[in-house]
Amino acid sequence: MSRGALLVLADGRFPAGGHAHSGGAEAAVGAGRVTGAASLEDFCRGRLHTTGLVAAAVAAAAALGVDPGELDAAADARTPSPALRTAARRLGRQLLRAARVAWPSGELDALAGRFPKGAHQPVVLGVTARAAGLGPADAAYCAAYESVSGPASATVRLLGLDPFDATGVLARLAPEVDAVVSRAVGAARGAVGEGVDALPAASAPLLEVGAEAHAGWAVRLFAT
Amino acid sequence: MDGVNTAGVRAAARVRACADGRGGTCLPVLEGDGPLALRRTRGSGTEAHVLLVGAMSGPLGGDRLSVRADVRPGARLRIGSAAATLALPGQHEAGARYDVRLTVAGGGELHWLPEQLISVRGSELQITTHADLDHGARLVLREEQVLGRAGEEPGRLTTRLTVRLAGRTVLDQQLACGPGAPGGWDGPAVLGGLRAVGQLVVVRPEFEEKPVTARELGGDAAVLPLPGPAALVTAVAPDALRLRRILDGASALLAPARD
Amino acid sequence: MHLGHSLSHGGPDAVSAGARRPDGARRALRIGLGGPVGSGKTATVAALCRILRDEVSLAVVTNDIYTREDAEFLLREAVLPPERITAVETGACPHTAIRDDISANLEAVEDLEDEVGPLDLILVESGGDNLTATFSKGLVDAQIFVIDVAGGDDIPRKGGPGVTTADLLVVNKTDLAPHVGSDLARMAADARAQRAHLPVVFQSLRGEDGVRDVAAWVRERLAAWTA
Repeated sequence: MSRGALLVLADGRFPAGGHAHSGGAEAAVGAGRVTGAASLEDFCRGRLHTTGLVAAAVAAAAALGVDPGELDAAADARTPSPALRTAARRLGRQLLRAARVAWPSGELDALAGRFPKGAHQPVVLGVTARAAGLGPADAAYCAAYESVSGPASATVRLLGLDPFDATGVLARLAPEVDAVVSRAVGAARGAVGEGVDALPAASAPLLEVGAEAHAGWAVRLFAT
Repeated sequence: MDGVNTAGVRAAARVRACADGRGGTCLPVLEGDGPLALRRTRGSGTEAHVLLVGAMSGPLGGDRLSVRADVRPGARLRIGSAAATLALPGQHEAGARYDVRLTVAGGGELHWLPEQLISVRGSELQITTHADLDHGARLVLREEQVLGRAGEEPGRLTTRLTVRLAGRTVLDQQLACGPGAPGGWDGPAVLGGLRAVGQLVVVRPEFEEKPVTARELGGDAAVLPLPGPAALVTAVAPDALRLRRILDGASALLAPARD
Repeated sequence: MHLGHSLSHGGPDAVSAGARRPDGARRALRIGLGGPVGSGKTATVAALCRILRDEVSLAVVTNDIYTREDAEFLLREAVLPPERITAVETGACPHTAIRDDISANLEAVEDLEDEVGPLDLILVESGGDNLTATFSKGLVDAQIFVIDVAGGDDIPRKGGPGVTTADLLVVNKTDLAPHVGSDLARMAADARAQRAHLPVVFQSLRGEDGVRDVAAWVRERLAAWTA
């Protein structure tokens, strides 16, 4: 693996559309559930162990070469909110565009042909990791970290939260990111032999419900 | 309950519903043992009604309980339970497991509407519900989890609900809460300090023609159309009563229009 | 283009600024409109749509700070059928969406071409931002920077990437100049000094045909694009 390539892919400035998404933070702020650094940390921890774990496992499985079509269907089944399914596909398409320029590969081209409207973002992330010469743990790290860094940076904009506090939240969650990645990679290796049912399905009811409410807001800063 | 039960109880209940050929539904298999008993009650119209009766409180740590319901073409079955199920601590180290498997053939219809599951302090329970439907099958499935009796800390509860439709998994979701669950389960992304969470799954072939539209239901609930002719209602509420009210309202919303 | 690898699967184009669509047809000319909040970007877009819609097939992408405000203004004004107007969310950073991470805008542009195409022209309107916000060349072929006389007649002198490098600088609301004490001659001289030979248009959309000069500039661009 190339640590340099991992930094490129994990960079928050990688131009794949993430900046317009709050990962549910805008809905949680609107509902009065995230009001400062402590509740942001709770929010991020819950997201990391649920949708973060699932995304990390799907990304790791894609990096291991599990069929992207099966993984996309598995991601669908694990994403009951249509607003979140649409967002995941849109982000997948955006990532694919950037990835094909950064790491041209036949597998990425084939993925674009198979999913012209986009595959779930973690699926694209895993295939991108392969194209970049990265492994399943790298893909899982990108997904798991993104599951908390997105809401943290969005909350800085939404609440005027002190950016040092937001970064402190991410630093405190780092050991849990490691643990989630290790679980995700284990499950992904299981999925290679047993199929995608072996992938985790941890869900977060308030993220699902909040995403639908947020999609109906007339005025909002973020796409999700 | 007196120490005999060190390995936990193993109990299974099974019901099979078939069309009786006269427009009604017969139950050629209806059996239960241990704490799980099934009783046929008065049906309505062409639908058979069955009640799951807990003959003792449980499940306790170490118990392995399973329910199988199999609905054949043209049969209509409704299963409820006589009372809420309490997950209780046991003397056994290992937690309890409750495994529900539902199969519905094309043209068959199943309503799986048990009362709430209450996760009592100190208990540890893992519930798996798997519904496998053929093309053209109908399902109304409601599950409700209540975290702790009034004012009480919950036990450790893990639920996994999967729905497979004509061979495709359209819903696979797991929820883990209580002491020892991965962090953040009680936080603003997952349950937000609320103590009752429920799911209603409705599968109707008519949704192919008239797809369900996603909508927020007020409170913390939403109707979520799944891939295929199916919808999930997810709801989180402060208590069991308010949760039931939301799910009943959603159920009416997704029910076929009455003539 | 600087990218050599083939795009053989018919998926979304991996490159952003290529002049051809995956099927080989020429894609629409994309013109960006940027500028500070309230300078009249949306009004200029609306006026351009009204004057050009019978000549060319066009569509609009808006980048609102609050999701759909500008798109809804255009819808209300009925300057184009609704399917020709798309809004892109910008996560509170409109300049990021048009410069640093243009992927959402590229998706919107391509979806418009797929769904209502073929298109000759797509106007990409930025959310109101500051004087440093410019469009990426990966997103647009040419950009218009819109300022107004009420924002202060020293803006052209201050310069900034929008004022100095935009392909067309529009100084809007000239009718307000006497009321806000702005010196149009000074603005014109400062703009010339900052922009060398790049064109500047002074306009007021209150008058009949107020967008005439900008529309003429767009027509020239279109002619060059299709030549």
